[in-house]
Amino acid sequence: MLDQFFFYIFASVILLGGLLTITRRSAVHSAIFLIATLLGIAGLFLHLQAEFLAGVQVILYVGGIMVLFLFVIMLVNLDQAARQRQFNRQWWLALLAAAAVCGEALYGLYRGRGAFTFPGAVPGNMPPNTQAVGNALYQNYMLPFEVASIMLLVAMVGAVVMAKKRL
Amino acid sequence: MFNEFFSRQDLLLIKPAVLLALFGCGILLTDLLHERRHKYLNAVTALLGLGFTGVQLALIQRAMSAAGYSEVSGFSGGLVVDGFALYFTWIFLIATAIAILFSVRYLEVENEHHGEYYALMLFSLVGMYFLATAMDLITLFIGLETMALSVYVLAGFLRGDRRSNEAAMKYFLLGAFSSGILAYGFSLLYGLTGSTNLRAVADALVARPSGDPVVYLALITTATGLLFKVAAVPFHQWAPDAYEGAPTSITGFMSTAPKAAAFAFLLRVFLVPLAPLRPAWEGLLVVVCVLTMVVGNLAAISQNNTKRLFAYSSISHVGYMLLGLVAGNETGLKGIAVYLLVYVFMNLGIFTVLVALRRKDIIGDEIEDLSGLFFKNPVSAVFMLIFLLSLAGIPPTAGFLGKYFIFLSLIETRHYVLAVIAVVFVVVALYYYFRLVVMMFMREATDPERLNISPGVAVALAITLAMTLVIGIYPEPFIRLAAGSVLVPFR
Repeated sequence: MLDQFFFYIFASVILLGGLLTITRRSAVHSAIFLIATLLGIAGLFLHLQAEFLAGVQVILYVGGIMVLFLFVIMLVNLDQAARQRQFNRQWWLALLAAAAVCGEALYGLYRGRGAFTFPGAVPGNMPPNTQAVGNALYQNYMLPFEVASIMLLVAMVGAVVMAKKRL
Repeated sequence: MFNEFFSRQDLLLIKPAVLLALFGCGILLTDLLHERRHKYLNAVTALLGLGFTGVQLALIQRAMSAAGYSEVSGFSGGLVVDGFALYFTWIFLIATAIAILFSVRYLEVENEHHGEYYALMLFSLVGMYFLATAMDLITLFIGLETMALSVYVLAGFLRGDRRSNEAAMKYFLLGAFSSGILAYGFSLLYGLTGSTNLRAVADALVARPSGDPVVYLALITTATGLLFKVAAVPFHQWAPDAYEGAPTSITGFMSTAPKAAAFAFLLRVFLVPLAPLRPAWEGLLVVVCVLTMVVGNLAAISQNNTKRLFAYSSISHVGYMLLGLVAGNETGLKGIAVYLLVYVFMNLGIFTVLVALRRKDIIGDEIEDLSGLFFKNPVSAVFMLIFLLSLAGIPPTAGFLGKYFIFLSLIETRHYVLAVIAVVFVVVALYYYFRLVVMMFMREATDPERLNISPGVAVALAITLAMTLVIGIYPEPFIRLAAGSVLVPFR
């Protein structure tokens, strides 16, 4: 009962935050609402007893990435962006298409909800699982973990190439 | 205690990727030492890296055939090197080598000759290697993103050029969007089966009752993501813009190596984890194939920009290749392998000529820029004619062979209507390829400027032409190679 209560609280924070992020005119407001969304997701992770993910979510996304976002927003010329039209003329068509896809996905998930097999909830508190995450990353998922480092290197080199005036 | 998770065999299997990554980092460092006019040394380093990787690949191949293995897996089943993976990796290496050969002079003309260009090419090869070998959803996804991120940057490499910036931006946004859809599909597959290993996913999907709506949801999102990556209609809109704006040398690269890698990825996912759902996706794929051939070929007719024209032409070729997957028998899968090999050579040949058309003050990517090519440079005009004939699939050239196997597989599996549609659109393709021929042979030259044939371009032209003709005239060894690469669909 309490579980469900918290789930709906976090879910509505995420949804509302997401909606406000894309509808606000001011970029700073959008960024603040995005922080609310990300915090809601951290809450959901905590709710699922994934405390490591929740911590990473808060430290990396809310703490790191969003601060960078706000810095960038402060550096660009906002007045001009705020005066431009926010949605193009076909927004209602996009809305219809998005609603249709959303309806299909909801229908599929609702009809097939019995298909997902999850281990039953453990009564009481689970043991901390940060160590399990670490073991999985460095043992079974060692290869994708290492390839991700190349991906990050590419992203870094790419950002420098794209942004620097003279190489 | 470490041996349990990382054995010598694992190291051997990722060695090609390790070499590529090391050479990529090496180029980033040695670039600082080269003077401005010696930047071509970066291309030499990159080619050296490709050479080492090729030798390593050949060593793996020899060790495998000596021990009599048809496939070797590592990282507890997360990576598999089989005939399929080796064949595709060779295609990536060859395509990248040719693209590097014709890039040097082009970058000098554009005045954007930097080591990062070659480094990013090698990093994208690392991603491609994992797309061909990975047997794990997470490794596949990260390999895909490694490749895609490098190519986004390469598409925007001419930072002073608005069109190049626009191409990179569009490509990046749509690519990120399609990756999101793909990730949603993968997460549903994981949620349904509880495993990220492709074979375990297939096992779990077989055990499911048929007609499960969540399975269809997972199938549709995954298929959408994959078809986006190979630019099949209706998910093709990014391709013409990205191809037009990107530097011409990168357009040539984008339309071959990353496309082959996306195909390897698509085949692996459709033939292993999604193989049990074949009845569900076959109809879907038929519609996509027909649309891709129709829209690709018809839209190509009205293009006045050569890069856009070849973007639509490459979309229509994707339609033909997907037909091999619809047929799905051994001939069809062999046909896709042959088609991709042949396509890499003929398309890179075309782009070598287009790259040579870029001279000081002449952009050279409108159809008019080809006019009178025969009178200015008869050799390259004749080469171009042969490549165009091959793209259209006219007999003694290699392009015929690719189409032959695809049509044969369609007839073997009784898809007569599809075969007829495919043949009809070969005629349409002839029309727009011959528009270029008319320009080259029957018009006066509009500008007197000579073509820019550097040694690298000459070598690239020689290799692509030789392969286009050799595969067409003496195809047996190549067919045998392709037959060794056929991936057995999961049962």
